[in-house]
Amino acid sequence: MAVRKKIKSVNFGLMSSEMVRKLSAVKIITPDTYDEDGYPIEGGLMDTRLGIIDPGLHCKTCGGRMKTCPGHSGHIELVRPVIHVGYAKKIYVILKATCSGCSKILLPDEKIASYKELLEDERDISDRVLAKVKKVSKCPHCNAEQEDIKFDKPHTFFEGKRRIYPAEIRERLERISDDDLSILGWNPVFARPEWMILTALLVPPVTVRPSITLESGVRSEDDLTHKMVDVLRINQRLVENIDAGAPQLIIEDLWDLLQYHITTYFDNESSGIPPARHRSGRALKTVAQRLKGKEGRFRYNLTGKRVNFAGRTVVSPDCFLGINQVGIPERVAEELTVPVGVTEHNIDVLREIVLNEEYPKANYVIRPDKLKKKVTELTREAIAEELEEGYVVERQLVEGDIVLFNRQPSLHRVSMMAHEAKVTPNKTFSFNTLVCPAYNADFDGDEMNLHVPQTVEAQVEARELLLVENQIISPRYGRPIIAADEDPVAGGFLLTRAVKEYTKEEAMHYSFLIGVKSLPKPDRGEKYSGKLIFSQILPPGINIEFKNGFCEKCEECKKENCKNDAFVSIKDSLLVSGAIDEYAVGERKGVLLDSIFKYIGAKEARDFLDRFMKLSNTVLFREGLTVSSSDYDLSDRIKEEVKQMTQDSEDEINQIVADYKSGTMESIPGMTEEESFDMRILNVTGLLKKKVEGFVGDSLFTFKSESADSVHKAITGSAIMAGSGARANITNLTNNAAIWGQATVNEGRPKRGYIGRVLPIFEVGDVSSRAGGFIENGFKQGLTTQEFFFQAMGARQGEVDKSVSTQESGYLYRRLSNALQDVLVKDDGTVRSASGDLVQMVYGEDGIFPMNLFDAKNLYEQQVKK
Amino acid sequence: METAEDLLNHVLVPKHEILSEEEVESLLKEFGIKKEQFPLIKLNDPVVVALDTEEGQVLRITRKSITAGESVYYRRVAR
Repeated sequence: MAVRKKIKSVNFGLMSSEMVRKLSAVKIITPDTYDEDGYPIEGGLMDTRLGIIDPGLHCKTCGGRMKTCPGHSGHIELVRPVIHVGYAKKIYVILKATCSGCSKILLPDEKIASYKELLEDERDISDRVLAKVKKVSKCPHCNAEQEDIKFDKPHTFFEGKRRIYPAEIRERLERISDDDLSILGWNPVFARPEWMILTALLVPPVTVRPSITLESGVRSEDDLTHKMVDVLRINQRLVENIDAGAPQLIIEDLWDLLQYHITTYFDNESSGIPPARHRSGRALKTVAQRLKGKEGRFRYNLTGKRVNFAGRTVVSPDCFLGINQVGIPERVAEELTVPVGVTEHNIDVLREIVLNEEYPKANYVIRPDKLKKKVTELTREAIAEELEEGYVVERQLVEGDIVLFNRQPSLHRVSMMAHEAKVTPNKTFSFNTLVCPAYNADFDGDEMNLHVPQTVEAQVEARELLLVENQIISPRYGRPIIAADEDPVAGGFLLTRAVKEYTKEEAMHYSFLIGVKSLPKPDRGEKYSGKLIFSQILPPGINIEFKNGFCEKCEECKKENCKNDAFVSIKDSLLVSGAIDEYAVGERKGVLLDSIFKYIGAKEARDFLDRFMKLSNTVLFREGLTVSSSDYDLSDRIKEEVKQMTQDSEDEINQIVADYKSGTMESIPGMTEEESFDMRILNVTGLLKKKVEGFVGDSLFTFKSESADSVHKAITGSAIMAGSGARANITNLTNNAAIWGQATVNEGRPKRGYIGRVLPIFEVGDVSSRAGGFIENGFKQGLTTQEFFFQAMGARQGEVDKSVSTQESGYLYRRLSNALQDVLVKDDGTVRSASGDLVQMVYGEDGIFPMNLFDAKNLYEQQVKK
Repeated sequence: METAEDLLNHVLVPKHEILSEEEVESLLKEFGIKKEQFPLIKLNDPVVVALDTEEGQVLRITRKSITAGESVYYRRVAR
């Protein structure tokens, strides 16, 4: 991206009608386009002097032919001036700032002089001038009374009640002196305000608005041509009426019509006027519409480029693929090719591929002179015969080829990763679900793109830098992003629970699955512990200790003897204690996975993930995980306890309500009385929910209170999922089993609804806990009608907020990443912009790449012994 | 009234120093850039005003950093 020439400045200005006439190759006078023979009419919109779009004709301006003539502009002479919609607002501002009589700025001379001095240091003072001018009602220069100027979008102006027409506006603008213009922020050399009012309309070359010939031989004109025809027709009618001395009213009507056509020619979506339509009822696509928005010239054609050697289809999960692999349908693989240079070493293999009659075929062969030959049934033998060193064979994609796989929106680096191809008989791309979080993909109809790198350099680069296994750790938080969630976490937990042991047959089944050929010695008498089986997938040399999600943060850690099996200890790649849960293998947490990647290597981490996936999914599949409504049964003692706590909280709230009503409630600093009242109640209910969660947790994870040898015995399906981090959490369990708590809308108690109450069942002015949206039931008991409504209010808002915030933050992120897209870290550690300007002297002040960093602030401390 | 001294010694204002011609020259060599390619600091920036700096001079800014201890940054005074 070397900059060879430096742009010193760019100047934007307006185009005067004089410039339009100078630029024009033809004055267009007739709205007709072609004569009966289909030949362009002279002086028409398809005049041969405007450029050539039909083969065989010559351009009368430059003599070029269809491919060589770039096209030339023409113009239409407008009988009456017309406002350019794009500048209507600017016109309005200038009209307001200047006198209707003498066209001087509505400020006394000395003020103007002082602003002129200011102009020396500052470029733009127009805002301040305009703010001052607003209040003036009498011209300080000619004493003319100033009437209020009104702007009626998109192009109508009134002075007081009188309509002012473009001709008059133009006269006023012409009278403004150059000095006054510079104070208003204009450079009169490049832009005079009267140029915003058109007297001549530039007609774009025919090459910009080519007509297309349909199969039936009927010509179909471009939308812009249609619009120009409208302008010409009205222009002509206006001429005729003026010449015939028609009444002013009729002339003004036609003038307005001309204005309408020219406005819609520039922008067919300007507010306040109906869009011009095609005969079919479709709105015309005029100048602004060609450029604007997602499908406009900028975003669609200039920023958006299309590529070859790419495929797109629906994606599906396949947990028996490795994380490095991607399943590619045979039909796609037949289409996508990889170029292979012919050498003495591979000529025989390639010849075979060229000769193949089925799938791994060659699609094209390129000769050293760059001639591309298609390999077909008829040509393949001749081509195979001809093949020699220096030829390039474009062979179809086969297993093991490196491909790039991508899901939009591509928000971060792991939105596009390299995979190894695995050709499948399916119709969808498939990949391991462990990679889903990285792409943010699910399988409810998501489609993804696939690209085949075409050079050896690109292939190697993809393999070394972009391969999934090298992306396991996110550089954003230095922890795994390609990690287990849901099923594999639950399965891994089931397998490694302290109580789990397996018979020899089971152990052999699992070992076979993960490619272990010889079983270790059984560690539980005749049987094998789940921990031992799990240990088989660990790479050698792992020594690590950390605490999993069941840790209760006891004052003195009992380590290996933890009653919750929360202390994970791996000694020489043998899982000694602790159950494997999301803190070992989960996204953003996975300490074990993190350590394997950073201490052993990417390949081993990938291998671990691949085998863990197979193992834990199979365990889950064989053992099953059942969720039942009885998972949420609480013991009578706990039920009583929760009831009591709820009662206490309600008493507390009642006290707050009483204080509030009597006016003795103390306000919280910085809040109104009402806000404080709400806040106090929310504090009480929040505290209650937390307390109940503690009790419910104790009750549902019954194993917790039992001794170490019965660890995890009585745990239920729901508790397994919440406890291991596979799905759901304590709050969800509490909502089901015990109490929903306070419903909140806008971070406060629900307020809107009827006068003085949210629901009509309550009395006016009822601010008690129940009327304020406190839900004392859980889903298992069932909510009362009012509770249900309150809960729905909160849930609805949550849903709305979710969609709004993802939309808004998505757009913010898009703008940020677009702004930063070519800022990069160079080899010397400096951060540079595209042109090589320094942005930072050391990347991130410290030059640290977070991907290689152990999270220093990690809550779950870990000591890795080397 | 707040003096230039006060401003420069304020806890939230990192250390700014004006570099000599030679220092700038060696920096240009170190980074392989032209003088225009330094990040900019406005001529009317309070620190620049307090230091009584001229347009085109380069400032060395030494900041405290949580991760790096101290970090050095350079900015060219520009209009």
